[in-house]
Amino acid sequence: MVKPELNIAALENVYDSLASAIDQAGPDKAEIFLVKLALLNANALADDALFANHVQTALQDL
Amino acid sequence: MHLPEKSPRPSIYYQYQVFDPWLASQHGTQSRHVVTIVGAGPAGLVAALELARFGVRSVVLNSELQVSQGSRAIVFTRRSMEILQQVGVADRILENGLPWRFGNSYYRGQRVFRMEAPHDEDDRYPPMTNIQQQYLEEYLLQACNANPHIEVRWGNKVIGVEQHAQYATVQVDTPEGPYTLETQWLIAADGGRSDIRSAMGLKLEGASYEGFFVIADIKIDLPYPTERLAFFDPEWNRGNTILMHREPHGIWRIDYQLPPGETPEQALQPASLKERINAQLAMIGHAGVPWEMDWSSVYSARTLTLPDYQHGRTLFVGDAAHLLPIFGVRGANTAFQDAQSLGWHLAMVCKGITTDKFLQNFSTERVTAAREIITESGKSTRFMAPPSRGFRLLRDAVLSLSLTQAFVRPLYHWRTSRPHEYKHSVLNSREDDNAFFETGPSHGAPPQNVRLNDGNFLLDHLGGGFDLLYFVDDASHSLKNTHASGSTPLTSIPSELQSVIGAFKSKGLPIQVIAIGTSKPVEGADLHLDDRLGRVKSRYGVTKSGGAYLLRPDQHICARWQELDATRLHSTLQAVLDQ
Repeated sequence: MVKPELNIAALENVYDSLASAIDQAGPDKAEIFLVKLALLNANALADDALFANHVQTALQDL
Repeated sequence: MHLPEKSPRPSIYYQYQVFDPWLASQHGTQSRHVVTIVGAGPAGLVAALELARFGVRSVVLNSELQVSQGSRAIVFTRRSMEILQQVGVADRILENGLPWRFGNSYYRGQRVFRMEAPHDEDDRYPPMTNIQQQYLEEYLLQACNANPHIEVRWGNKVIGVEQHAQYATVQVDTPEGPYTLETQWLIAADGGRSDIRSAMGLKLEGASYEGFFVIADIKIDLPYPTERLAFFDPEWNRGNTILMHREPHGIWRIDYQLPPGETPEQALQPASLKERINAQLAMIGHAGVPWEMDWSSVYSARTLTLPDYQHGRTLFVGDAAHLLPIFGVRGANTAFQDAQSLGWHLAMVCKGITTDKFLQNFSTERVTAAREIITESGKSTRFMAPPSRGFRLLRDAVLSLSLTQAFVRPLYHWRTSRPHEYKHSVLNSREDDNAFFETGPSHGAPPQNVRLNDGNFLLDHLGGGFDLLYFVDDASHSLKNTHASGSTPLTSIPSELQSVIGAFKSKGLPIQVIAIGTSKPVEGADLHLDDRLGRVKSRYGVTKSGGAYLLRPDQHICARWQELDATRLHSTLQAVLDQ
């Protein structure tokens, strides 16, 4: 099965909307906003192992 | 010289009785005691009563002259009530306590989670009952005083223990000075700050969480039912959690977390308590309602246990053995299970039915239980009192999401104390049909209560030793089934089973045979219970006559058979004795 991925246009939409939302949340609330988003996405993903992979990937090269 | 407080402790609702100290000079020479219990809290007193059920004598040493200061443990679970029923005090708690089953979590003025503890018609006791610890101790003490096997000594403080191969020597200080006693076994039920544990240099393992919580009991008239109230991140105490519980006599427990850096001494200043309690009352819309302070204290959340509850002749139970977070009502409720477990294991040893080695099973089972509790309660603690920036962010994100997103709301659940299932106990039978049952309590599980008829439940009839539940068909109301299943109504327990049971009884093993499913006496059974509606049979997953359950003295499941035979009953009971 081919892993579903965002096409370029969709990825660009995600890029822009996430950036704007971080700005909208403001410096004090950006972090909690991102955690809420991660939890919503994790729930939609419905796969805690895959989520753990994502956590490891995101922790790389910080 | 030990001089305990002689004036009654102050309380709005409880009349303290001050007892006379036990003084060695007023008693003759003492021979070596069988069991000495240090501490007359819930753990120590239940241990004494459990031992007494098996005819084992004990001496209980209490350093004070009166019961617990303040309400302390106030929530008792259904399983605790079932244990307390066995030692004869559950009815009094039920009579004077407040039953409840709902918990509510609030965030930003909205109820974001409602916990419902299950309760079905087969349960005699409510999921939770609130009563102050003074009453619990009073009822337990009355039961102890009425029991010829138990001697309670007030004003006796242990100041030294020396262990020998077959006994321990205990130095006890009293208002007239110290005396020495010898005991075959010593039970350390001396609480979270156990002097015995410290003196032996034993280290608790696990985690301590930063931050303190205040417990304050106030007398106030609030129009709420008996339900748990939890308030997260309130405006007057940002980032922290406030809990409220109703207690009998118009008392409310308010429990709040302190801001980082504040000391317990600062937090217990009357002005500080007053300001915060008023802020909480204002938040819930009851500003200005008059109230009176009864008692306050400070605690911190810890998940710690000794790795072994037996050290030579000394056995640890309750908070002396482990320190568990208050969230989830795990203190006294775990202590009852420890005390019940130790009671029957030690009784088997004291009566010479098993060897001393049997006590290792008590330790293994209860340490395993404590570790399970630590894992579970660690989760609740990390939610209630986040230990780091990451945990705080996640908790705050969940609070925020919970206003609109149902999927995060179960994270508010408190994972309330529940009895450990001894799934991997060495006592679980290797010669039974456990794996073939489709339902019913399995190996190591606590029993399932069943309502037989009005006010009459299965667990009312258990106790005092092993119970063999032997299922029979009753000719009087299952005639049509007997032919279909091919079984014949039983009027006696099969003789081969009777001889196995007789053989173990003659070795001293306490075992009671209960025939289930008949209104008529069954030869070879100590008791028969009518199961007219077939409820016991169905809840225990028994499909035919001749099926059986063997319950340990703590009522947990040791073995179960679709059809019991003498060989397998023998090897199961023998395996217990061989431990």
